[in-house]
Amino acid sequence: MLQTEHNPRTKRTHTAVTLHQIAHARAGDKGERLNVALFAYDSDHYATLLEQVTEERVLALFAHRGASRVRRYPLPNLAGMNFVIDDVLQGGVNGALNLDGHGKTLSFLLLSLEVNI
Amino acid sequence: MSFLLGSGAGFSGDRTDAAVAVVAELIKRQQPSALVFETLGERTLAAAHRAMRDDPESGFEPLLDELLAPVLRDCLDHNIKIIGNFGAANPSGACQVVADLARQLGRDDIRIAQVHGDDIRQQLHSLDLERWEAERLEMPGDEALISANVYLGAKALAEALAMQADVVVTGRVADPALFLAPLMHHFNWRWDDWDRLACGMMAGHLAECGAQVSGGYFADPGFKDVPGLATVGYPIIEVEQDGSLIITKPANTGGCVTEQTVKEQLLYEVHDPANYLTPDVTVDLSHAEVRQLSPNRVAVTGIRGKPAPERLKTTVCYEGGWQGEAEISYAGPNALARAQLAAQVLRERLVFRAPAELRTRLDIIGLASVFDSDSGELQRSTSPSTSGDYRLRLAAEHSERRWVARATQELLALYCAGPAGGGGVRRQFQRRVFTASYLVKRSDIHAHASLFETNLNGVSRSDRYVAN
Repeated sequence: MLQTEHNPRTKRTHTAVTLHQIAHARAGDKGERLNVALFAYDSDHYATLLEQVTEERVLALFAHRGASRVRRYPLPNLAGMNFVIDDVLQGGVNGALNLDGHGKTLSFLLLSLEVNI
Repeated sequence: MSFLLGSGAGFSGDRTDAAVAVVAELIKRQQPSALVFETLGERTLAAAHRAMRDDPESGFEPLLDELLAPVLRDCLDHNIKIIGNFGAANPSGACQVVADLARQLGRDDIRIAQVHGDDIRQQLHSLDLERWEAERLEMPGDEALISANVYLGAKALAEALAMQADVVVTGRVADPALFLAPLMHHFNWRWDDWDRLACGMMAGHLAECGAQVSGGYFADPGFKDVPGLATVGYPIIEVEQDGSLIITKPANTGGCVTEQTVKEQLLYEVHDPANYLTPDVTVDLSHAEVRQLSPNRVAVTGIRGKPAPERLKTTVCYEGGWQGEAEISYAGPNALARAQLAAQVLRERLVFRAPAELRTRLDIIGLASVFDSDSGELQRSTSPSTSGDYRLRLAAEHSERRWVARATQELLALYCAGPAGGGGVRRQFQRRVFTASYLVKRSDIHAHASLFETNLNGVSRSDRYVAN
C-alpha cells in the first residue's frame, strides 16, 4: 500500500509494512508482567520505531488482553527498545487458561503492528 | 587468559546431549572453565516439592543422571567445575546422585558441595516481607503453602568453590549467579567492584537460557535464518579479568552467534534496562553495545554496575486448585461453523452442568488462540476461511478436581452429541500451582555452603533399592 505524504518541503512516498519486515523481537515474562524487546534490522529504521511504535500504540494493541500500562525504554546503542507491559498475561504462567501462559508468542503480536517507512 | 563459562542446559526439559560439545570445546581450549546447568524455573521448584512429599528421595532435577553422565568424567579429568541448580527442593538428594555417578566412574575422590539457605518455608511468616511491585496475589495461608525460596546470589557458591568442590549443587539461586560464582572465585573480584560484578552477571544472563543466545529461539525462516538448529551449539562465554565478554559457541555445532541473537537475549526478561536487579549487583545495560568480531564471536561492552538491592526476591508457591484442558478437531468444508457450534454447545451445557465459579476459556486453534483474551475477542473480530483445519480447545479451572473433570468430559461428549465430524479428542487435568513474589531483607537470609559427605558405608542409593 502506498501513501503519499503531503509535506511541501519533503515530498516523500511512504510504504506501510508490518514491523516484522523491519524488526525482530523476543518476549519474556515475570508474573503478570511481559517484556518485549524490539530491534531494527537496519539501524536506519530505529528512528521509525521511536516515532511510530509508541507506548500508546502498544497499549492499544494489547488492550484486548487487559494491558494496564506500557513503558518503553529506548536502547539507541542497540537500535532497539524494551517494552514492559503490565497485566497482559491473564494470570501469567501459573494462572492463565491461555495455551501460552508465558506470553512467549506475543513478540509476534507486536511484530504484526503496521508502520510507515 | 580468559575464564570460560559453558552452558549445559537452559531449563528443566532442555536437550540432555547439549553439554557434550561444550565440554569438548572447553577441553580443547585448555583454559580454566566451568560448566553450568540451569534447570530450575519458577514452577519447577513447586513440582519438585510436591514430588518430594510423595517420595522423600526425589525433589531434584529428574533428568540429572542423563545430563551429567555423558560429561562428568571429562569434567573431573580436566578440572572443569560443574555448577547447577539441579538440587531444586532436595539438593542433598542431587548430591547423592552425583556421588553415585562418580563412584560408577571409579572417582570416589569427587568433592561435591551443597549450597544452603534458599528454602525459607519455615520462617516465611515471621519475616519482614514486601510485595514485589508487579505482584497481584495475596499471601496464602499455611495450609496452601508448597514452597518459599529466596533467589540467592553468588557468594555461597563462590564459598563452595573455595572448598575446592568439583561440583556445586544448589536449590534456588538467581540464574546468572550460577555463572558469576566461578568468575568471583577465579578472578578474586571484590564484592563491591560493581562494574565487574555487572559484567559477570550479564555473562550469566546471556548464557543462562542455553541456546537462546546462540541461535535457539531465534529462527524466523526467510527473515532470521539459523543453520543447523537440530544440533545448535550451546554458548561459551569468554570472560577477561577486566570483565570483557565475548559470546561464542563450540566448533562444529549448529546455530549462530550474531549481534542479533545476543541483543535478543541481552533484554530477555529484563524490565528497566538501567536497573536490572540481581542479588549481587544492580546492572545498567542501557549503554551496552554488541559487536561481531568474527563469525560466531560477539563482544558485549558498556555494561555498568551499581550497588546491589537491599532486598532479595522470594518466590512463594502454593496450591492453586485444578486445571484441565480438552480439545477436539474439525476439518474440511464448513469446519469453522462446526467448531463454533461445538463451542456454543459447550457454553450452554456448562451453565447447568458445572458451578458458576468454574473459570473457563474456549479457543478455536487455527482461528485465534494464543493472542486472544479469555473472552475470545479476536475470535469474533477475525475473518477467516470457513473451510480449514480447526481445533476447539476448552480450558477450565476450579478448586475441586471433579468440576474440572466434568467440564472436560463435556467436551469429550461432543463425539456423539456435538456437531458432525468432530475427532481427535485429548483431555488432561492436573493440579495447579500459584506463585507470588515478595522481597525479603538481605540480613534475614543466611546462605552458606558445605561439602557433601557421601552416603553412609559407601552404600549408594541404587544399591539400597536392590537391598530392599
